[in-house]
Amino acid sequence: MIRVKNLVKYYGKRLAVNNISFNVEKGEIVGFLGPNAAGKTTTMRILTGFLAPTRGEAWIAGNSLQTSSIEARKHIGYFAEAVPLYTDMTVRSYLDFWARLRGLDKHTTKKRINEVIETLVLDEYADTLLGKLSKGYRQRVGVGQAIIHEPDVLIMDEPTVGIDPIQVAMTRQLIKRLGEKCTILLSTHILPEVSMTCERVIIINNGKIIAEDKIDNLSSMVGNARRIRLEVQGPSDDITKNLRQIKGVINVKMQDDRHHIVEYPANQDLRSKITEAVVKGGWTLLSMESVELSLEDVFLKLTTDEDGKE
Amino acid sequence: MAYIIVCIFLVLSGVFFSIMTSAFKDATSISGFLQWGSLILILMAAVITMRLIAEERKLGTLELLLTSPVRDSALVIGKFLGSLALLAIMVICTFLYPILLEVYGDPDVGSIISGYLGLFLLGMTCLSIGLFASTLSANQIVAAVVAGGILFGLWFISLAASYLPEGIANIVNYLSLSYYFTDFLSGIIDTRAIIYYISVTVLFLFLAIRSIENSRWN
Repeated sequence: MIRVKNLVKYYGKRLAVNNISFNVEKGEIVGFLGPNAAGKTTTMRILTGFLAPTRGEAWIAGNSLQTSSIEARKHIGYFAEAVPLYTDMTVRSYLDFWARLRGLDKHTTKKRINEVIETLVLDEYADTLLGKLSKGYRQRVGVGQAIIHEPDVLIMDEPTVGIDPIQVAMTRQLIKRLGEKCTILLSTHILPEVSMTCERVIIINNGKIIAEDKIDNLSSMVGNARRIRLEVQGPSDDITKNLRQIKGVINVKMQDDRHHIVEYPANQDLRSKITEAVVKGGWTLLSMESVELSLEDVFLKLTTDEDGKE
Repeated sequence: MAYIIVCIFLVLSGVFFSIMTSAFKDATSISGFLQWGSLILILMAAVITMRLIAEERKLGTLELLLTSPVRDSALVIGKFLGSLALLAIMVICTFLYPILLEVYGDPDVGSIISGYLGLFLLGMTCLSIGLFASTLSANQIVAAVVAGGILFGLWFISLAASYLPEGIANIVNYLSLSYYFTDFLSGIIDTRAIIYYISVTVLFLFLAIRSIENSRWN
């Protein structure tokens, strides 16, 4: 549904997007992950037709944004990071404006507006001026504008930034529900969002894609290390020191003030040695479990590796 | 905002109409009013159009407009037609003056009709220039100032004509907004003038469309 090939974008001399290519198949929910200024918003703006790339091509539902931009845009619903609104319109009139601009007829417009207001719980504020709404409600209206015409492709730029946890949860559920019918590409720098809503993730940094895989396979992206989380009763500094002394251990660090994380190469199994070290120190081992690398770790590792290499 | 603009325009026009008519004791034409009215119109055009695109840029809604399945040309022309409708309302409201003249005097209908045609064409051209200026910045004041600059430049350029040698003076006159307007006041409907105003309008609408397209390439 979304195809990007060798996309390059220069802002004057600055290279924002450096030759990226990726696909999003129909029905997928893909997360576009990266730190600030990684090139996420630029890529999304190119995909929605707001910006033209310096080189490369992009297609939405088979329509090239270079040659049949209008046709491509018909398939897209876009949630922009800034959530732009006409402050002197009401929620209802705003949704009505975009519905009509998208070509919905009068009857469908009315139906969709009511559906969207219901889905996003905007009933209370349906006739309030947008200028008077809080950020959370503005964001909901922004989402409403993106979905009012029931697009095949939904492109969302940072949909859960700056809103309260209840609304974050609501947005997440909404995205999952929408994902059953549309193809969704969402960008974020909030890692839990991606692991909770997306099936696949594309990690971008400095304009380049540095990793791309299903969520479950992420750990394998970052080389061969096993991690064990221990809960040990005893003085944490001493425990850390002892664990570090085990032959083969790569790293030991604290996770909150009760757990230790021990990292060692995948081709060994140091669990018995770890248990021995704990017992020898005279401490009690309360729990021990394998830990997959979290998305955060993967992300940090990939982005710092990337910098390190350069 | 539109209401305020229309009101101010009508108040000023009314003032000028009454001054010109009573000062010259001339109940046959509205040319006095039209001469001043045209200047007010130029000013109003800059004000009406300054927010058209500039505000979309500032609010960020231009991003949504340009990503919806609407051509840039449709966007520009749509905005233009909207402002044209406002112009039409303002001008139609001033029909009161010739009606008053008809009641109390014996106005020259021909020159009134041509005068209004000229006013409308002039207004249309000014709106297209203002719309173009609005595409250049996210700041409405900048848009208004640029529009004002171009408009007044083109209006008063004919003043320079009297100081210039004949060949160049002619060229300067042909570019001037005011040069073509004076004929309308005397009852002359010159096709050259109509073509001029329409061409300039189309030119600036085209430039406005290009300007928006250009912002995609950043």
